[in-house]
Amino acid sequence: MRQLFSFTGGVKPASHKIESNRGVVIVAPLPNVLVVPLRQNAGLPSRPLVQAGDKVLKGQTIAGPGGSISVAIHAPTSGTVRGIETHAIPHPSGLLAPCVVIEADGEDRWIDRKPIDPYALPADELRARLRDAGVVGLGGAAFPSFVKTQHGPTQRIDTLIVNGAECEPFITCDDLLMRTQAGQILEGAAVLAHIAGAQRVVVGIEDNKPEAVAAMTAAAGKRSGLPVEVIAVPTRYPAGGEKQLIRVLTGIEVPFGKLPPDYGVQCFNVATAYATARALLHGEPMISRLVTVTGNVERPGNFEVRIGMPIADLVALAGPKADTDRNLMGGPMMGFALPTLDAPVVKATNCILAASKALFPPPGPEMPCIRCGACARACPMDLQPFEMYWFSRAKILGKAQEYHLFDCIECGCCAYVCPSRIPLVDYYRFAKSEIRAREKEKDAADVARLRYEFRLEREERDKQEKAAKLAAKAAETKARLAEAGDADDKKAMIAAAVARTQEQKAEENPSAE
Amino acid sequence: MPSNSPFLRQPASVQSVMLKVLVALLPGIAMYVWFFGWAVLIQISLASVTALAAEAAMLAARRKPVRHFLTDGSALVTAWLIALSLPSIVPWWLTVLAVLIAIVVAKHLYGGLGQNPFNPAMVAFAAMIVAYPQFMSQWPAAGATDLATQINAIFGQRQLDAMVMATPLDTLRTALHTSGLNATVESVLANKTTYGFLGGKGWELVALGYLIGGLWLVQQRVITWQIPAAFIVAFGGIAGLTHLIDSAQFAGAGFHLFSGGAMLGAFFIATDPVSASTTPRGKLIYAAGIALIDWVIRVYGAYPDGIAFSTLLMNICVPLIDKSTQPPVFGHKEKRP
Ligand code: SF4
Ligand code: SF4
Repeated sequence: MRQLFSFTGGVKPASHKIESNRGVVIVAPLPNVLVVPLRQNAGLPSRPLVQAGDKVLKGQTIAGPGGSISVAIHAPTSGTVRGIETHAIPHPSGLLAPCVVIEADGEDRWIDRKPIDPYALPADELRARLRDAGVVGLGGAAFPSFVKTQHGPTQRIDTLIVNGAECEPFITCDDLLMRTQAGQILEGAAVLAHIAGAQRVVVGIEDNKPEAVAAMTAAAGKRSGLPVEVIAVPTRYPAGGEKQLIRVLTGIEVPFGKLPPDYGVQCFNVATAYATARALLHGEPMISRLVTVTGNVERPGNFEVRIGMPIADLVALAGPKADTDRNLMGGPMMGFALPTLDAPVVKATNCILAASKALFPPPGPEMPCIRCGACARACPMDLQPFEMYWFSRAKILGKAQEYHLFDCIECGCCAYVCPSRIPLVDYYRFAKSEIRAREKEKDAADVARLRYEFRLEREERDKQEKAAKLAAKAAETKARLAEAGDADDKKAMIAAAVARTQEQKAEENPSAE
Repeated sequence: MPSNSPFLRQPASVQSVMLKVLVALLPGIAMYVWFFGWAVLIQISLASVTALAAEAAMLAARRKPVRHFLTDGSALVTAWLIALSLPSIVPWWLTVLAVLIAIVVAKHLYGGLGQNPFNPAMVAFAAMIVAYPQFMSQWPAAGATDLATQINAIFGQRQLDAMVMATPLDTLRTALHTSGLNATVESVLANKTTYGFLGGKGWELVALGYLIGGLWLVQQRVITWQIPAAFIVAFGGIAGLTHLIDSAQFAGAGFHLFSGGAMLGAFFIATDPVSASTTPRGKLIYAAGIALIDWVIRVYGAYPDGIAFSTLLMNICVPLIDKSTQPPVFGHKEKRP
């Protein structure tokens, strides 16, 4: 039995998982029009490969990776490209971004799917295939998975951790996936382990999901070869945070500024492992995902949704109640309010949570901090949130950084417990963006300064070279004069030398011209 | 609902925290009334009304939302602590003055709730003991006075000789200091009209009431264990140790912990979050510091109890303590910030 570790802090909000977890996957109907954003992964947006009028098949690549940290994007169904249009995407600020808009033909015709034997191919080839199949982290961050299977010369990946903790309240899509696709998840995890060179797979699942633990344990029992452990971890938010889960399962603490492979581990979400299996073992790129729709709706549940389906249509399937005042993407602890339901489902969409005043009552008026320390006791990163708050609010950003502002994972535990109901995380987000902006400015200034210094140096060097040349010439002249001994000759030569010097000076100092 | 994550909030409020502190004081207050009469309730009422009025006036003057802050309960906690620290038969104006100093000067002139570096109740107590030492040493003896006499003492003519006595701490100190080697702790404590099993007669049970209420606060997670534990261990430790060395001159741990303001200090005064240290190790240092300074004042100082001065002294040290005891951050355990 693996020894488990614990992280300090954390909170235990009501889980609200029962509502949406009915044990079945509801397949959402195919929309008529799909809006597929080109920016869906962390890193660089993808580069479109289609134009208006193009016929596409389901699974056909419609955009290629736009840089080294970027993946491909695929048509979620067969149809015709209407164009590349600017459209709302799910973003807290209501951002508009270029999207490939596809009118479905209703036939839903696949491309020629080519399953491969991943164990017969070199790791680099497999990474390229993961990238070209559009696989990104599906836990919410949408970081390209192929990048995470690589490691630098001083790094290694021994243990591949599969994150099935799903610690956010309300969300159950990973739970359901584990119950229904345990075998495929482990297949995918084994492939990821193979690519990363890991020796073992450890699956962490919060112990409030006994069915998922049982299903995954059974599936692990059927496998041979690579050792796979399925571990139930104590339910405490944020046990599913990457750093927290690694800590619980291995005792390793990955600090800010370091990556898991610095410590021999790497972490993938269960849905990412599943997507890997679909991509490589079945030749199906990432074109759909499970999304929990829950909260203030009549029929909460988990839906198999094509990427690009308008969120409004998805929510409609669950029967939104009239007093819904907002919809969140993600969970109540780390999600964000969607400015518009016009935006489409993207790869990072794990949950749409309809909110109402009854479900999330307004927290009451904010009070001053009384330094009660409740936030510090709740912080899973062992920070002093009230100190960071104090300095962020006063805009003493250097001090906020001294108190490890950038170690904050924005999990929200501190604000959850604060009796003064201070929106603490807002202050950290603000302070972080402020610091980043300043650093950018400073970087720009640094570049300008460097350029300036470089120019000065070059000019100085030129000057010295010229001076050296002149000195050499003068010496030569002198020697010749000494030889000649002719006064007139001497004068003429001196005059010539003076003229030359003046010429040089004018050249060196262009502003004088 | 909040505009940004987290959208879920625990139903906690400053008000509920303060309310729990008030509730936790009730067992001690009940004992107080049982042994020393109703006077303390009169003082608590006086202090409460004054505190709320002063708080409202200051909030209005500072253009803060009066209702919003008035109901947070923090002024009441300060008021109750003052009423419980002062002798219960001090004249009414002294209580009012003390509360005004706490609320107006120590709290609002420093910026209001959450901003005061010094514990307001202790600032007021210290001011009173310096300004009116004669009133601050007049304590009622257990069961010695009836309500009428107490009311008279608070609001009218003060004919105190019949009803007051020095506190057990005072008596002990005076006896030890004045009669030289003739008096030992044992001989002084043998006087059972003044002393009970552990501390002063009656007072020891008031202290027990505070202890019970305080433990409930720990259980309710309103306060953490570090401050009361460090206080009790340090206070009991130094008292026990000196008692072992010279039992004639030094009273033992039980006596010190169950006399004077020790228990009130351990659970209700040193734990005031605003003015206390906030880190786990810092809290230990902070509370132990208060306990040790208090003991020194009790044994060698000019005042019978030193909880106010020791708290204020340690309040000054809080920024330094906090800075040097920052707990290691996740992933940075090997090096301290
Ligand atoms: S929980 Fe809130 S009131 Fe308490 S110390 Fe933290 S920020 Fe201040
Ligand atoms: S949001 Fe940041 S400061 Fe607050 S509890 Fe989480 S990690 Fe700690």
